[in-house]
Amino acid sequence: MPLARLIPCLDVSKGRVVKGVSFVGLRDVGDPVELAKFYSDGGADELVFLDISATPDNESTMTSVVARVADVLEIPFTVGGGVRSVHDAARIIEAGADRVSLNSAALAEPTLITMIAERYGSQAVVVAIDAGDGVVHTHGGRVATSTATIPWAVEAAERGAGEILLTSIRCDGQRSGFDLELTSAVRDAVGIPVIASGGAGSAVHVANALRVADAALVASIVHENPLGLRALRDEVERLGIKLRQLKEPR
Amino acid sequence: MSDVIIIDYGAGNTRSVRAALSHLGRTSTLSSEPELIAQAELVILPGVGSASSAMEHLHETGAATALHARFASDQPILGICLGMQLALETSEEDGGVECLGLLEGSVRRLDVERVPRLGWAVVEPWGDAFYFAHSYAALSAHCIATSDSICVALRHGSFLGVQFHPEKSAAAGLAFLETCLSPA
Repeated sequence: MPLARLIPCLDVSKGRVVKGVSFVGLRDVGDPVELAKFYSDGGADELVFLDISATPDNESTMTSVVARVADVLEIPFTVGGGVRSVHDAARIIEAGADRVSLNSAALAEPTLITMIAERYGSQAVVVAIDAGDGVVHTHGGRVATSTATIPWAVEAAERGAGEILLTSIRCDGQRSGFDLELTSAVRDAVGIPVIASGGAGSAVHVANALRVADAALVASIVHENPLGLRALRDEVERLGIKLRQLKEPR
Repeated sequence: MSDVIIIDYGAGNTRSVRAALSHLGRTSTLSSEPELIAQAELVILPGVGSASSAMEHLHETGAATALHARFASDQPILGICLGMQLALETSEEDGGVECLGLLEGSVRRLDVERVPRLGWAVVEPWGDAFYFAHSYAALSAHCIATSDSICVALRHGSFLGVQFHPEKSAAAGLAFLETCLSPA
């Protein structure tokens, strides 16, 4: 098995990083490129950018962010939000992203998963699932659908998804730990890797998530203290999780 | 003239390889032109797209023939991920694909707990962790490194191939690329 991964998630709106990033050492805390480089140097294994302002007007803004990030980043990154067609996926991937993340668009049009996977490979397609009370939610977790979580995860994998990004709506933003039961249940049901998301408040939470998932998404816990990413890695390793050994940047 | 040619299969993310090279102070050109392939200091077969469409592109552009000639005259070629797999004889991908056949061996679907095999893994005997994202792997007598018992690097003549993505493997990846650019 590959090593467990720590993945900071950055929310981007109109080309700027938003939500809870407040810290010293950066000239421009809202610049996705500078922040990406900062996290990459600080020990992120991968990054996720979520375009929360995704509208057709903002397409070119996000595409240029992706290209600028690709030029400075030497770790993989995924872009989600606003990927609604093969055309959108092509635009993002050819600008330099490694993977796209599909959420409600995949639910509305499941063949989209297969079409993108056939063109770019399964490893390029992440299906994001916002789960709560056994069902998939849309609209940032506000609207419950009638689709059951586990069967949907299985279907996404069968259709060609290369990874599931699983967010527990109940735990998201609470900082009281990941939903380990939900994460294990989904991971046991699929043969592709699973990223646990929602609830990271401490190294213990992250370590526990990494015992049942292939990777953990972290947001506020690192955004409040990005310099603490290395300390978080060390702590997670002390708790018995094997992470990659960082090599100093040139 | 640019010293590194990155083969263009017509689709996928080649920007990251170019960015990593420019980080190392090298310019690169994306091309499938036989003439450029013949003259370049280093030719990189990148790891994007699918085996069948990449092979089709290599044949249509004449790049396949140029790569054979380059290999025969002992000029360096670096294959990354799919680019490494294409150098072997056949691949199980896309229902079976005839590849370049620079090296003996074949490409099989991975038989591990989770496919795609995604993430950082230590490569032995080199010791560093590199980033992987693959569903297929090489079976070849020219294997020189492994990760979780999977063959992840091949060397034969002037060809070096790696299953991981050095351009996505942070400092370890850049150090690897640097050794490819300055052969001893």
